[in-house]
Amino acid sequence: MGALVLVFDGLLAAALIWLAWQATHTPGLFRAVISFIIFGLLMALAWVRLEAPDIALAEAAIGAGATGALLLSALGRLAVTDEAGTPWQERGDLYFWVPAGLALLGLLTLAAWQLPSPGLGEEVQASLAESGVENPVTAVLLNFRAFDTLLEIGVLLLATVAIWSLGRMPVPGVPAMTSPVLPALGRVLFPMFALVSVYLLWRGSHAPGGAFSAGAVMGAGGILTILAGAQPWLTGSAYGPWRILLSLGLAAMLGVALGVIALGQPFFAYPTDLAGPIVLLLELAAGLSIAMSLVALYLAGQPPASWNGESMRR
Amino acid sequence: MSLNHWLGALLVIAGMPFFFLGMLGLLRFPDAYTRLHALAKSDNVALGLVCLGLAVYSGSLITALKLLLIWLLMLVASAAGASLIGRTALARGIKPWGV
Repeated sequence: MGALVLVFDGLLAAALIWLAWQATHTPGLFRAVISFIIFGLLMALAWVRLEAPDIALAEAAIGAGATGALLLSALGRLAVTDEAGTPWQERGDLYFWVPAGLALLGLLTLAAWQLPSPGLGEEVQASLAESGVENPVTAVLLNFRAFDTLLEIGVLLLATVAIWSLGRMPVPGVPAMTSPVLPALGRVLFPMFALVSVYLLWRGSHAPGGAFSAGAVMGAGGILTILAGAQPWLTGSAYGPWRILLSLGLAAMLGVALGVIALGQPFFAYPTDLAGPIVLLLELAAGLSIAMSLVALYLAGQPPASWNGESMRR
Repeated sequence: MSLNHWLGALLVIAGMPFFFLGMLGLLRFPDAYTRLHALAKSDNVALGLVCLGLAVYSGSLITALKLLLIWLLMLVASAAGASLIGRTALARGIKPWGV
């Protein structure tokens, strides 16, 4: 059995390297994007093999799913040019990139070799009881190192702000094909997306899951419904609901970080007896913001104030 | 190895030829429509057999239900995907092979 597992891991590693090469160097953007999506799926499998199911979930949902949809939609909006983009022809480049890649690999191996051996896992386990949750990953993300997560949520919000500042959403936002399949698919699957993301959010407190995977699944569901031709109920000239949902995660985290000071705690240090509810609240807020950010990124611009009729097509 | 382990392994192995034939069709058939025809059908049977085999192997009802859900979702996704690819190919004016 051990040899079989080794063969599987070897195949997985080789396929990852091959797909990474394909995604970056294949002529033809469509092939490159498909290679990238498969790379994301196999990467999720690699994280499972490394016993990191939290990262595997996030990689499958964000790396393969949401990023794949973003790349495909960008590809669809590019002007159709020759299929053969820029092939990997110049041999001189190889003489630079192969040694450079090997040097980077050597440095990474050296760095991995020198990582502190048990890591911080034992410290996290020792303080897990005070974190308010039973899943060590969630405890680190939303309690012990919540400051890092605050910055990550901030980066997502900044990305959305940057995209909105570039102008209005390009039209058409939906494919021009009239097929009954896609709306039916959206109608059948969206409740599943909602159910799974709520489940993942709840599960994050005691098992792999949490705000990032829940938000990514919800965001993917939103993208599917938009693809299927649905019109978001989030309308209005001032983008009020969009703005509230997009900034909810950052606002909640900042509110908690400063709010605990009023309770006589240091910055971002939750009172132990309130830690559980606080983490759940932050997960909910962050998950909603992540989902909305992914949909907003997919729309590739500020959505129209009204989705009905002419303003959609301008 | 108890009986359900043998039976489960047998069902999983029984799924492999369907995967193989679907892949063969994808690689060797002449156009998009025939390739879809090969892939969308045989992969679903193959995955069904694999899921059934794993359900029998696990011997637990809740795992079996989860595997059933995975298979059903995959059926919906592959049917919708095949239909969308086929429609897009038709809309782009790709003529079916032999027509």
